[in-house]
Amino acid sequence: MLAFFHLQYSKMDKRVSSSEAALKGVQDSMTIMLGGFGLCGIPENCIAALVKLGVTNLTCISNNAGVDDFGLGLLLQHRQIKKMISSYVGENDEFERQMLSGELEVDLIPQGSLAARCYAGGAGIPAFYTPAGYGTEVASMKEVRYFNGKPHLLEEALTADFAIVKAWKGDWHGNLVYKGTARNFNPPMAMAGKITIAEVEELVAPGELDPNYIHTPGIFVQRIFQGEKYEKRIEQRTVRSKS
Amino acid sequence: MLDKNGIAKRIAQELENGWYVNLGIGIPTLIANHVPPGINVTFQSENGILGMGPFPYDGEEDADLINAGKQTITALPGSSIFDSATSFAMIRGQHIQLTVLGAMEISQSGDIANWKIPGKMVKGMGGAMDLVASAENIIVAMTHTNKHGKSKLLKKCTLPLTGVSCVKRVVTNLALIDITKDGFKLIERAPGVSVEQIKESTEGNLIVQGEIPEMDI
Repeated sequence: MLAFFHLQYSKMDKRVSSSEAALKGVQDSMTIMLGGFGLCGIPENCIAALVKLGVTNLTCISNNAGVDDFGLGLLLQHRQIKKMISSYVGENDEFERQMLSGELEVDLIPQGSLAARCYAGGAGIPAFYTPAGYGTEVASMKEVRYFNGKPHLLEEALTADFAIVKAWKGDWHGNLVYKGTARNFNPPMAMAGKITIAEVEELVAPGELDPNYIHTPGIFVQRIFQGEKYEKRIEQRTVRSKS
Repeated sequence: MLDKNGIAKRIAQELENGWYVNLGIGIPTLIANHVPPGINVTFQSENGILGMGPFPYDGEEDADLINAGKQTITALPGSSIFDSATSFAMIRGQHIQLTVLGAMEISQSGDIANWKIPGKMVKGMGGAMDLVASAENIIVAMTHTNKHGKSKLLKKCTLPLTGVSCVKRVVTNLALIDITKDGFKLIERAPGVSVEQIKESTEGNLIVQGEIPEMDI
């Protein structure tokens, strides 16, 4: 019995050596989910590694598209993205240029629907009804059904070949803890990848994280590594003076 | 006439003790500065925080703590942080008592347009469609006319819609107006503004019944 447990335990080591190693198997034309809201909680190291890898024709599912010179903006700069599925893409001139010229396909969807579609993809719920977007251009081609007298749209789940998330701390099993509002889209997206990669600021041995405070259970994560470098850029620095 | 802070202050008078409130970007954000004394409300930001506090002191900003406008913020004692799916469960599940957001146009039937100008602005809807589709109590905060002087209170919206038949009340630089089944119903005038001025600036059907009081702010 003890030997059995020992065997299971050793198989749970999901560590990989680097961002480059984490991306093994990522190919042209794949669908990739990336966590983050604005530049907060984005997998910086894996984005840099995707640029280096040079894969193209990607479909990226991410709430935002970064800024011109950081985040997903870097993949746009190198023309690696064919299609973006997002809810808000302001703050990025290159994005706007590629979209208006038709180089980039864009599917804009309501933020709550985006989060729920990722969660649904990971939770085995193929589709669900939501009132968001009824009566707008988002509703075109979507089934409408009334519940309690109110119209709802049928929204389908999203999954990805790879989901890439960023956490504060993680252990070898892939258990993750996020910090502050850097949590955002990372937990639902972590659930929805065929392969989920987690990059963390601090990678610790199993047992060091309190199981009561795990945000993403390791079952959803296949690969984990400590990010090589974190810039953690701030998009809108707003402060008050101490007077 | 009200300035942006005046609009925010008038809407802040609507807040009730114990409410959870979601404030959109722009004028709505200013409401947090005008919460009346003795009223306790909790501000939600849809990227995933309840109990959002003021901006941090210079030098104390944290890249991991922002609001939905991507501004650095603080978290008040007793705040909570959650993922985006949970955040929109709060919104969709109608656990939020008040949503205040800006608009480019509203119609007399309560439609709102605030996310897209075809061929010009293509930034996306963010969380606005989820918010307006589910909130029971939506107040719009905006100027009465656009920068070309054209009315933003219309019979029918001309821009792509964010939601239909959802806005209950609008506070502008000129007036406080409720959306009823018969159209825009004038409730209060901004200080120093006449009913005539409000009529002239409203393209949609404006209902004026009896004496219209001036706002008390």
